[in-house]
Amino acid sequence: MAMLEVKDLEVYYGMIQAIKGISFEVNQGEVIALIGANGAGKTTTLQTITGMLQAKKGHILFEGQDITKVPGHKIVTMGMAHVPEGRRVFANLSVYENLKLGAYTRKDKNEIAQSLEMVYESFPRLKERRNQSAGTLSGGEQQMLAMGRALMSKPRIVLMDEPSMGLSPIFVDEIFKIIQKISAEGTTVLLVEQNAKKALAIADRAYVLETGKIALSGDAKELMNNESIKKAYLGE
Amino acid sequence: MSFISYLINGVSLGSIYAIIALGYTMVYGIAKMLNFAHGDVIMIGCYIVFVLMGSFHLNSTVSIIAAVIGCTVLGVVIEKIAYKPLRKASPLAVLITAIGVSYFLQNFALILFGADTKSFTSVVSIPTIKLAGGDLTISGVTIATVISCIIIMAALMIFIKKSKSGQAMLAVSEDKDAAQLMGVNVNKTISLTFAIGSGLAAIAGVLLCSAYPTLSPYTGAMPGIKAFTAAVFGGIGSIPGALIGGILLGVIEILGRAYISSQLSDAIVFAVLIIVLLVKPTGLLGKQVQEKV
Repeated sequence: MAMLEVKDLEVYYGMIQAIKGISFEVNQGEVIALIGANGAGKTTTLQTITGMLQAKKGHILFEGQDITKVPGHKIVTMGMAHVPEGRRVFANLSVYENLKLGAYTRKDKNEIAQSLEMVYESFPRLKERRNQSAGTLSGGEQQMLAMGRALMSKPRIVLMDEPSMGLSPIFVDEIFKIIQKISAEGTTVLLVEQNAKKALAIADRAYVLETGKIALSGDAKELMNNESIKKAYLGE
Repeated sequence: MSFISYLINGVSLGSIYAIIALGYTMVYGIAKMLNFAHGDVIMIGCYIVFVLMGSFHLNSTVSIIAAVIGCTVLGVVIEKIAYKPLRKASPLAVLITAIGVSYFLQNFALILFGADTKSFTSVVSIPTIKLAGGDLTISGVTIATVISCIIIMAALMIFIKKSKSGQAMLAVSEDKDAAQLMGVNVNKTISLTFAIGSGLAAIAGVLLCSAYPTLSPYTGAMPGIKAFTAAVFGGIGSIPGALIGGILLGVIEILGRAYISSQLSDAIVFAVLIIVLLVKPTGLLGKQVQEKV
């Protein structure tokens, strides 16, 4: 059984259909890339999975449970975290307060402290800047904070939306290394990216979205060698 | 000596404005709406105390607690019935609804308690203090008001900084969607904000009616507008801003009344607001609103 299963999903913005019946699945331990051009529906798909948007039709199953109608704030308690597009850190709160909010639904203080140590270990920069307000961090640091904040909920799956967007090449490499590390530590990853080359390089499988439909899917390495993918997304 | 006594009265009146302004500023910060019915919640709180003390002969402490609970419930119910269905509507629709709720509460009180002005018995039993050989008198209500304001501000700041619900409130005020991703129940957080603001309104109302002992269905309207002005003055959305805005407004009003003109005191207050907003549109402590690109 797939860990996350999306079946015939349709999503509308008012009268406009953004997602036109897509289906895909994510198995435990995988890194799945969702690639496609601007406006293909990648962000919409992630937002619908975590309850920020409502599906018009179709189903979303997480570990066998139908979560299509589960209110957004309950999704994180089920073990799914979402690193939103544009990072969306709480700019006026400190790094530490942001991370604490990541563990908002957890009760055990010792376990939260443990997670905090782990996040600080993975992101030493965040530890250095823990008392600084998040708004004063650089874009790359904010991305790390958004990722660390998501990990504070101790998720079994992390949804990441354009983590490399707007970052300098050095930070992009670092972010992708961190994603690989998160995966290596046993967390399943669903990654939305415009940087198809990087995303395919670390993914196990990938789905290509085109105007609300899945145009292609398959093994990430095979897709990298696919002629039409090369032309459209890899700039070769 | 009279200047000092005016100043003290101004701080006291300003403390009341500050407590009311908290309700405006917190609700604005979190729900991004102006709850113009907030002033009328104050009036309902005063009537609760008036009826419980006058008709049921309960003591003042019990009456005040009942008023706080009553207003808290009222605030939450108003939010649920009137504002929650409009969560995704245009800000203008919400604003008009808030004005409608305000009229509803005033007319509700009018039917229930009549139009005649009631005389309110002060609930404060602290004696008047005479200083400087009797030249300077500070009433018990003034002392109680200032102390209440300090306690409320301190408690609220600790609550927001230290408690989980307080942090959730800050998160929602910055980014509702991101807060929801953390597992924060946004609707519950908004309800909590209305509950706190309305509970504080009851306390402000009781202090107001103890200092100016009359009560009518329109008692809350003008202080409500003034406190809203104080919130904007200090920077809407900012809790320290509400405190500073409230105190300054109270002092300006009392000094204006004493030294310039008692008829023009309200005009002076609003003129100062206009000047502040011309110089600093976000208010004294207001944050620069970042436009999302």
